[in-house]
Amino acid sequence: MARKKMVAMLLAGGEGKRLGVLTKDLAKPAVHFGGKYRIIDFTLSNCAHSGIDTVGVLTQYQPLVLNQYLGIGSPWGLDRRDGGMSVLPPYVKSKGGTWYKGTANAIYQNMGFIDSYDPEYVLVISGDHIYTMDYDQMLQDHKEKGADATIAVIEVDWKEASRFGLMSVDEHNRVTDFQEKPKKPQSNLASMGVYIFSWPVLQQYLIQDEANPRSSNDFGKDIIPAMLESGIKLSAYPFRGYWKDVGTIESLWEANMDLLEEQPPLDLHDKNWRIYSVNPNRPAQYVSEDAEVTSSLITEGCFVEGKVHRSVLFNGVQAAKDTIIRESVIMPGVQIGEGVQIYRAIIGEGAIIADGVTIGKPEGETITVVASDEYVDSSSQALLEVEQP
Amino acid sequence: MNHNLMGVINLIHEPDELESLTTDRCLATVPFGARYRLIDFTMSSMVNSGISNVGVFAHTKYRSLMDHLGSGSHWDLHHRQSGLFVLPPVAEDMSDLHKGDLFHFFQHRDFFLRSKADYVVVARSHMICNIDYNQVLADHLAKGADITVVCKRQSDHLSGKARKVELDASRRVIGMQDHYGRMKSDLVSMEMYVMKKELLLDLVETSLAQGQDHLVRHAIMSRFDSLHINGYLYEGYLGIINTITSYYRNSLELLKPQVWRELFFEPGPIFTKVKDEPPASYLEGAKASNSLIANGCVIEGTVINSVLFRGVKVRKGAVVRNSIIMQNGEVGEGSSLDHVILDKEVHIEAGRDIRGVIDAPYLANKRKVI
Repeated sequence: MARKKMVAMLLAGGEGKRLGVLTKDLAKPAVHFGGKYRIIDFTLSNCAHSGIDTVGVLTQYQPLVLNQYLGIGSPWGLDRRDGGMSVLPPYVKSKGGTWYKGTANAIYQNMGFIDSYDPEYVLVISGDHIYTMDYDQMLQDHKEKGADATIAVIEVDWKEASRFGLMSVDEHNRVTDFQEKPKKPQSNLASMGVYIFSWPVLQQYLIQDEANPRSSNDFGKDIIPAMLESGIKLSAYPFRGYWKDVGTIESLWEANMDLLEEQPPLDLHDKNWRIYSVNPNRPAQYVSEDAEVTSSLITEGCFVEGKVHRSVLFNGVQAAKDTIIRESVIMPGVQIGEGVQIYRAIIGEGAIIADGVTIGKPEGETITVVASDEYVDSSSQALLEVEQP
Repeated sequence: MNHNLMGVINLIHEPDELESLTTDRCLATVPFGARYRLIDFTMSSMVNSGISNVGVFAHTKYRSLMDHLGSGSHWDLHHRQSGLFVLPPVAEDMSDLHKGDLFHFFQHRDFFLRSKADYVVVARSHMICNIDYNQVLADHLAKGADITVVCKRQSDHLSGKARKVELDASRRVIGMQDHYGRMKSDLVSMEMYVMKKELLLDLVETSLAQGQDHLVRHAIMSRFDSLHINGYLYEGYLGIINTITSYYRNSLELLKPQVWRELFFEPGPIFTKVKDEPPASYLEGAKASNSLIANGCVIEGTVINSVLFRGVKVRKGAVVRNSIIMQNGEVGEGSSLDHVILDKEVHIEAGRDIRGVIDAPYLANKRKVI
């Protein structure tokens, strides 16, 4: 096998419990985002634009849709003769086998895959964040600093800091302390879940970690603290740009709304950093004589006859006459009947909303969610409100 | 898979009165329907009919054709065996280029001989429709015909030009004339012919040996008596696109919801080369009505009764009516367009006012700045 400078390992096995019904039959990285993408498209496109041609995608939870979507990696230019994309599910070994116990264990179980490319560096990323980032620049920083491990960090709001893994750094951006979701944050530099390791160093720590029966085999909880404790060189790589963890209903909704700003913080139109995805092959969208569409993203295959404001419509959505859709995310193939009103909601793929139904409220904090393939009419509309927390 | 039927898309001497739209490209790759090229409709119909062996007989100006078709992967025609074959002219000198389609079929007879299929459908790119060739083949077999030609009953051709056909009560072809002929018939030929591969090769060799080199005009139109030529009646939407007015009028037909639903979905989807454009952005103040809009568009102004291709930008205060704007076109602030066709990447600066009329839309060349 040809030698590779850096191999990417993309963690895509997460269950995404906090996304509720949206991830009932779907791994979190396969959740739809931004009108035509799935969450994983962002990291895969980042790899493509950063010149990384060897990517292992670690799958575990509900991989069916994700596997079909990834195929042989062609949309991201990853159908290569050497390297390319490999989907890596847990597997049975001669002495039995186990599920991936944690993020670090998932990499540990695939050390053979990484070794087959004999790389100098390994990039560990996760398939549930929305951002555009040049990993090659991060690698340059890793090399310049002579680091053993480099962790990408972003400044977050102090009020939100306790939701993240936080790094304290010295004036050279060397990591001096790490706290995983602390009650009293000492820093507001959050780990983005993007790591570059010098492969021999990581290998050694993975083996040590696996030997420790008390370890939870997780990068944030175990590997990084162990590295910090032993005093090897951990460097922070400050990232300035848009980055969003879309692990909750609220953050998924917010990240979609962020795309609707006049000057969106993440520019999907950037010709130098296209986000690649699997194309659904639909005709151009039709907007009828009665339609009104403002501050929205609408995708091919949509048939819009209603009033749409501050919303994201995925491919093949039909919105009949006299419907009002505001501040909502409507996933692929949803059929919306006449006179329907939808406010602050996420409607799952393939759902059918019968004539005259109202979903969600124009005001307030709550985001109403309708599960994929659900049929909502005036009798089930009441149930929907009860189910919300 | 329909291994028994192979497809030929015949681009040799396609009738072309599309003015500057075909200055630098062949008719087959004229952009149409907000994100397609004309050839996509025939290609997709063939693929959706299970045809896995398609030969495209390229003729002139085929750079854009090669670019568009690539390996055929967008139509799922990148097979290990068979798949897509793009067959440019084999010409000893320039005069060979002027020879008819039968000459070019002869030059590429290996393409036919290597295929395992017994039947062939020969079609063109300027007849826009979504058709199941299996039904045509089934009718052909049921009638025990030698050749089946696909016809459509149509009284208004929206300024397109097509051959007229006359059938008897059993749908046998008894007459066929070029578009300017005086024959009275509301049936047009869709220039799609199904026959045994063996018969096609026979017609190729026999005709060429007699100094004739056109499939329809020579080989078919002289054999209404000696061959059983059957007319299959197609019921779906047909757009005949070989004049600039028919291009314009058929583009606006797509704004009828029943045409949109039929042409793009039934019996199968239309495939095209993939572009990674983001969803269309409608900004504050955008007004769009009765329009077809592709991904990658950014709309701040007003768009009425129009077709916008991928990546078109309509700036604040601009008004686009009854117009076709191709890929990456830009309409500057406060500009106004009515009955206009803009080829790819045309830039209309702020404050311009450009008007055509319905029978003679204003046409701007590729990359023009106005």
